[in-house]
Amino acid sequence: MRHRLRFARTRRGQFGLVIVAIVLAIALLGPFVSPHGPSQLTGAPGAPPGGGHLLGTDYLGHDVLSRVLWGGRSVISLALSATALGFALGTTIGLIAGYSRGIVDSLLMRSVDVILAFPPLLFFLIIVTSVGYSEGVLICGVAVVQAPGIARIVYSATREVSVAAYVEAAVARGETTAAILRRELLPNTLPTLIANLGLTLTYSVLLTAAVNFLGLGLQPPAANWALMISENRTILSLNPWAVVVPATLIAALTIGVNLVGDAISISLGRSETTVDARVDPAAAIMQGNLIATPQGPET
Amino acid sequence: MSVTETALPEPLSAQPALRPRTAHPLLRFVLRRVATGLLTLAVASFVVFLGTAVVPGSPATAVLGRLANKQVVAQVDRRIGYDKPLPERYVTWLFGALHGDFGNSAVALAQGATSAPIWPIIRDPLLNTTTLAVITVIFLIPLSLLLGVIAGLTHGRLPDHVISVLTLVFMALPEFVVGALLVVIFFVVLNLLPPVSLLSPGAKPWSDPQILVMPVLTLLAVSVAWTVRLVRVGTIETIRTDYVQMARLQGLPERKVVRRYVLRNALAPSVQIFALSIQYLFGGVIVTETVFDYPGLGNQLLQAVTSHDDTQVQAIAFILAGVYIAINIIADLIVLVLVPKLRTQT
Repeated sequence: MRHRLRFARTRRGQFGLVIVAIVLAIALLGPFVSPHGPSQLTGAPGAPPGGGHLLGTDYLGHDVLSRVLWGGRSVISLALSATALGFALGTTIGLIAGYSRGIVDSLLMRSVDVILAFPPLLFFLIIVTSVGYSEGVLICGVAVVQAPGIARIVYSATREVSVAAYVEAAVARGETTAAILRRELLPNTLPTLIANLGLTLTYSVLLTAAVNFLGLGLQPPAANWALMISENRTILSLNPWAVVVPATLIAALTIGVNLVGDAISISLGRSETTVDARVDPAAAIMQGNLIATPQGPET
Repeated sequence: MSVTETALPEPLSAQPALRPRTAHPLLRFVLRRVATGLLTLAVASFVVFLGTAVVPGSPATAVLGRLANKQVVAQVDRRIGYDKPLPERYVTWLFGALHGDFGNSAVALAQGATSAPIWPIIRDPLLNTTTLAVITVIFLIPLSLLLGVIAGLTHGRLPDHVISVLTLVFMALPEFVVGALLVVIFFVVLNLLPPVSLLSPGAKPWSDPQILVMPVLTLLAVSVAWTVRLVRVGTIETIRTDYVQMARLQGLPERKVVRRYVLRNALAPSVQIFALSIQYLFGGVIVTETVFDYPGLGNQLLQAVTSHDDTQVQAIAFILAGVYIAINIIADLIVLVLVPKLRTQT
């Protein structure tokens, strides 16, 4: 177990963990200490700090501090659900395509290529155009945008393992395909998946927050940091805190998760001494190309 | 180790771009790359069309409301062309799109306009977005080469640590957070720049450079981080190659080794990195333009999505996807010309 926590001993990892812990504490415990309800009108719109409002009021007259304390839960829950769904989808596609070969393989992986041929946000907007926008569409849409990258990693890991002797032995024992996928192949793709977890999560927070900012996710009066930035831009010169505080919290969350994710992937074998542009997951992930399996020598 | 040759390679510029020996496989590669690109574009156009057209509820219902008279809806559908079978609509649309004719704005027709061609509506936004992207790239390339090479050459030492941590921080920042914080700094605190980038219709963005400052800074802040990271990795890799070690062993001065062998070989792969970031710019502008109300293609797309203007979404999505795919192909071809080693492998 100790080697699994190696990332927590690097300075970047520790720093990231502290930031994430603080933001998580605000998001999860905030509602319990919030002075007002998130959609309770408590004063004049756009008032600067003072008069019982530590951070002033927002564009409608809600207490900014209360909305900040309530608005983190959805930021985190949306990103977590989208990532979980994206991982489930991507892993399933990658496992099936990598093991089956033939027509199923090419069909699945070509579909993956098609999605990757779009800018991620554009693909999401096309989905929104066809099915409208809601919380469910937000989670599923972000998951669909993320799944191809994950599918690609799992695919290459599965292809590598599927010729191993213990897989052939399992086939010879007469195990079902489902059992082989779950017991022989899935465990072998896990390290790569974990190495990408933190970075996928960063991207998930970025994307869900961006969609909420664009107004295509949660709708007012929902309290959400991204939504707060968007709706309070009109009163920016009256009470900048209504934008600055949620913006800082989102930034802290993504930076923290990114630092932890980077530390994890370094501690999981991607040592800093064997660098390769194709295996810098932090850089690759932002472009939708999750390729994190260490490359062997070129032949 | 990716490069195993021990001999010093000729400087890249000394090699003719096309030697007769390699011309044939090179040509074949170019043709194959362009062909797959066109195929991808065709599939992408299908996805764009299908994604926006096979929807319950045509633009007519969106504009007229769900409870609108069915007859009126059918009438509007007929005018937009929504009554024809899907394959026919797709073929008509695709052929039009390839000629730059994207049809009429569905919402405008549903609202009673007799004709509302899309191309004139999106021509200016396309120009504005291109301006934004080009200016960003002009700053992006030298900046990321400089920082990336510095970090790579000082690998493991202080400048590298500072640059690496900063890139990790910046690449995690969403565009709208950077944009919002820039507005707070430059508008609320310093009162130097306008908070929104409004343009009067028909005006060109370069006529009022002030409005470009914050959008460009935002795009730079979020894109420079990954290009720096990748240039850094490329530099470190090149320093480790045998031919750089060889050059050092031959006693060449370090400055000459860096300039002649490290930089040249580290820069060629950067072409692909910059292509990726330009690709990103065409997707990332959607949020950035919204933050500043910049009248570009991303802003226009968002308006079209929220107003359920399907034909306009199709047109803009097709253009953006096309640019995305085209940049990919061009980058692959440039890299092929710059890195002779790859030619023999294809």
